[in-house]
Amino acid sequence: MLLLLFGIGPVAFAFVSALGLSDVRGVLSPFARAIGDFRFLPALTNVAIYLAISLPLMIVGVVALSLLVDTLRRRWAAPLLLVYTLPGAITGAAAVMLWYFMLQPALSPFGPALRAMGFERGPDIFNNSFLVWIFALMAFAVGFGQWVLVVTGALKSVSEELLEAARIDGCSAWQTAVHVKLPLMRRTLLFMLILAFASGIQIFVEPQILHSVAGVGSTSWSLNQLGMTYAFLNGDFGSAAALSMLLFAVCLVVAVFVLVRGRFLDTEHEQ
Amino acid sequence: MSRRRADVTPVLTFIPLLGLAALCIVPLLWLIFAPTKTDAQIVADAPLSFGTLSGYADAWGNLLSFQDGIILRWLWNSVWYSSAIVVGAVIVCLAAGYALATAPVPFRRTILVVTLIGMIVPAAALVLPLFLEISALGLMNSPFAFILPSLFFPFGVYLAFLHFSGNIPPEILNAARIDGAGEWRVLWSVALPLSKSLIGMLAFFSFVASWVNFFLPFLVLNKSEAYPLSLGLQALMANTPALNPAAGGSFIPIHRPEVALAGILAIVPVAIVFLFSQRYLARGILTGSIKD
Repeated sequence: MLLLLFGIGPVAFAFVSALGLSDVRGVLSPFARAIGDFRFLPALTNVAIYLAISLPLMIVGVVALSLLVDTLRRRWAAPLLLVYTLPGAITGAAAVMLWYFMLQPALSPFGPALRAMGFERGPDIFNNSFLVWIFALMAFAVGFGQWVLVVTGALKSVSEELLEAARIDGCSAWQTAVHVKLPLMRRTLLFMLILAFASGIQIFVEPQILHSVAGVGSTSWSLNQLGMTYAFLNGDFGSAAALSMLLFAVCLVVAVFVLVRGRFLDTEHEQ
Repeated sequence: MSRRRADVTPVLTFIPLLGLAALCIVPLLWLIFAPTKTDAQIVADAPLSFGTLSGYADAWGNLLSFQDGIILRWLWNSVWYSSAIVVGAVIVCLAAGYALATAPVPFRRTILVVTLIGMIVPAAALVLPLFLEISALGLMNSPFAFILPSLFFPFGVYLAFLHFSGNIPPEILNAARIDGAGEWRVLWSVALPLSKSLIGMLAFFSFVASWVNFFLPFLVLNKSEAYPLSLGLQALMANTPALNPAAGGSFIPIHRPEVALAGILAIVPVAIVFLFSQRYLARGILTGSIKD
């Protein structure tokens, strides 16, 4: 069947790319160079802190909001969901631009709030110690709406009978949410977690642009930026490839773990 | 008792939800109002004040003057790169997802696992070999350097797979086969008409992903004329005194209102697509379109 070609095509493409990388696998020295670089540890720390902030924020935020929205009538929920997805339209370069303005106390409509928190001028916020928070907030703003949409969509498919049964058994709204709805959301949430982790670990656009615009961070703030620095500033493709392999390995381990635990691969057609 | 609770809980629910909605809207309003004002007004006036409508025209005129109207070029690039990617990616994802879900493809499980791995492979891991591959093929600075790799869209393949394996009962497809339809016919006449929301979703995700993609074009397109808008916006911000006084060149008439307008241009298409696909998206990625 011709369809197979299409099915295998993109995947084969990935294999080819991976084979391209395997040339350097035999040689350990690029790994040593990549990890030994003085910029590696700071970049790793930045990304780790960023993930530690943004993933829980995303999961907890999306679950809480979805459960709340799910209690509303459709008439109210639909426009709210629409509004929540609006910030998702602003990503990448445009998001950096908008957030740059929003976090300038002199320009921002949130100026009073920012000043109340003790930020008087732009540089008080655009400062290396707050970057992880800024990026985590940006990731949340961009992503939460779509995920709330997906999760509330999934919540709607929870059958009325099940919820009725829970009510009869004396579950409070809170208990129903935690013991009935959440477990049914497991797959969706794991799916979200993988994607959020994968996109988080390769954060690139935000620190790159913010560095060129506001002069904070650096061109090697994140691991992904560091890889680009290795490859195109230092001309050291070996180290860059080694760093890529490390990122790949981390994502692979996390994904395989989640996929195996989450039983993602079953299909009705198999039986 | 239950009556009183019914009165109190919605209020408690609404306050945080509405507050968050306000937080979502305020920055957008600011952005829409910004080009109506002059640079000085943006600093001096209230953040959410409105200037004059002619502010848009002034800002647009100034944008056009930047490098001989290169903004139009960027806009056009974004439009046609994204259109090509959407059409290509939707076809690839539908075909691949359908084959994986319904046909006895050898190594189906392996392919699925690889697809899922593809979803989480950091772009950085693929980008380097991709870069070498593209320069080997002599595609550097060619639109295809951006378009072809973007057709590799494992998330879409997986979505299509989920849809065809979960939402379309195998009996329907088998019935068509028994009636003598070939596999293409089954896909075209039976499966696809049941997959409108899937197609909407695939088009939506591939459009948004390609329109805002920064990393890949950043790598393979280094001529300003080949930039899509996302890269152009960054060039605009980094090379003019709008956000970055250190960039110098105060004779360039690109200030905050102009940058805000360019930002609006970058956002509007995505926002429009958002509004139109809301209906499809609202049905949810993982919910069944057919309930049994």
